[in-house]
Amino acid sequence: MTTPPRRRLVPAYLATHGRTAAAGTRPLDRLSVLHAAADLPAGLGGEHRQLWELVRPGALTLAEAAAHLRLPVSATVFIAADLAERGALSVRAPIPSAQPVNRDLAERLLSGLRALK
Amino acid sequence: MDFAPSSSNAALLGDGPAGAPAYLPPTDPILMKLMVTGPFGVGKTTFVRTLSEIPTLHTEETMTAAGAPVDDVSRTPGKTATTVAVDFGRLTLADGDFVLYLFGTPGQRRFLPLWEDLARGALGALVLVDTRRLADAFDAMDLIEEAGLPYTVAVNRFPDTPPIALDAVRAALDLDPATPLVELDARVREGCVDALIALTQHVLDRLPQESAP
Repeated sequence: MTTPPRRRLVPAYLATHGRTAAAGTRPLDRLSVLHAAADLPAGLGGEHRQLWELVRPGALTLAEAAAHLRLPVSATVFIAADLAERGALSVRAPIPSAQPVNRDLAERLLSGLRALK
Repeated sequence: MDFAPSSSNAALLGDGPAGAPAYLPPTDPILMKLMVTGPFGVGKTTFVRTLSEIPTLHTEETMTAAGAPVDDVSRTPGKTATTVAVDFGRLTLADGDFVLYLFGTPGQRRFLPLWEDLARGALGALVLVDTRRLADAFDAMDLIEEAGLPYTVAVNRFPDTPPIALDAVRAALDLDPATPLVELDARVREGCVDALIALTQHVLDRLPQESAP
């Protein structure tokens, strides 16, 4: 007998203050790297504070942050975008130079994997 | 919902997000993503857990019964939404130059929209198959081919799996001769690393040669 995963007490649409799209922000995805950049702006609490506190000691990807906060990825995207817009969160792309995967990257990944053996 | 058991078991085993977060190394690593897919119960979660340096995490992804992911909550119909747990883990490589994320994702056709969303930006995919029910892997292979990702197939040997030659598996799956086919035990690290090496080599082989500067 297994127990179902614990339900969140606040539905996603409340966690995002009812918004369904974040305006004027760079695209965020599961591997966007989040790190607290400044103090939490006054007036932000709840999930915003939780996310900001989570990534204050160090950087995490958005997917990891969502898992730790037990929030859906879609809700976490909105909260992170909100914090980034107010300067409280730094966000960087998974591949810093935003280049597509090229042979050099794939070769370095391959030698990194071989070094595990 | 046939994915619930694996995620619930993971939670019961203490593989949930209860522990302190494992922060990324301060080396500004390049992050890369590989998909691990295949039919229900084939060993995706085990594979991710074997390789991950952090306790496996999972996110809940909401889908409607019609198969569309619910991103626009203003259209959420409520009653027909189902939740799919996506397990993932990570692996730091090359002294912190790279962090590789492994996403264990459902391989059934009805998850196509979720699959496409998850696979965006992925380097490639590993399809786990169980030789006792090879046909169950067709959906996952179709999803990957539609997403245009390079992939490698790995037979997950279970203790009670009858022996079957890889050539026979290749024929049964109608694999392209260039698609790597490997064999592993999802609980054993070495074979899992070998599968990632085979996949990454295949990804590399398909990338265009860069012209000399």
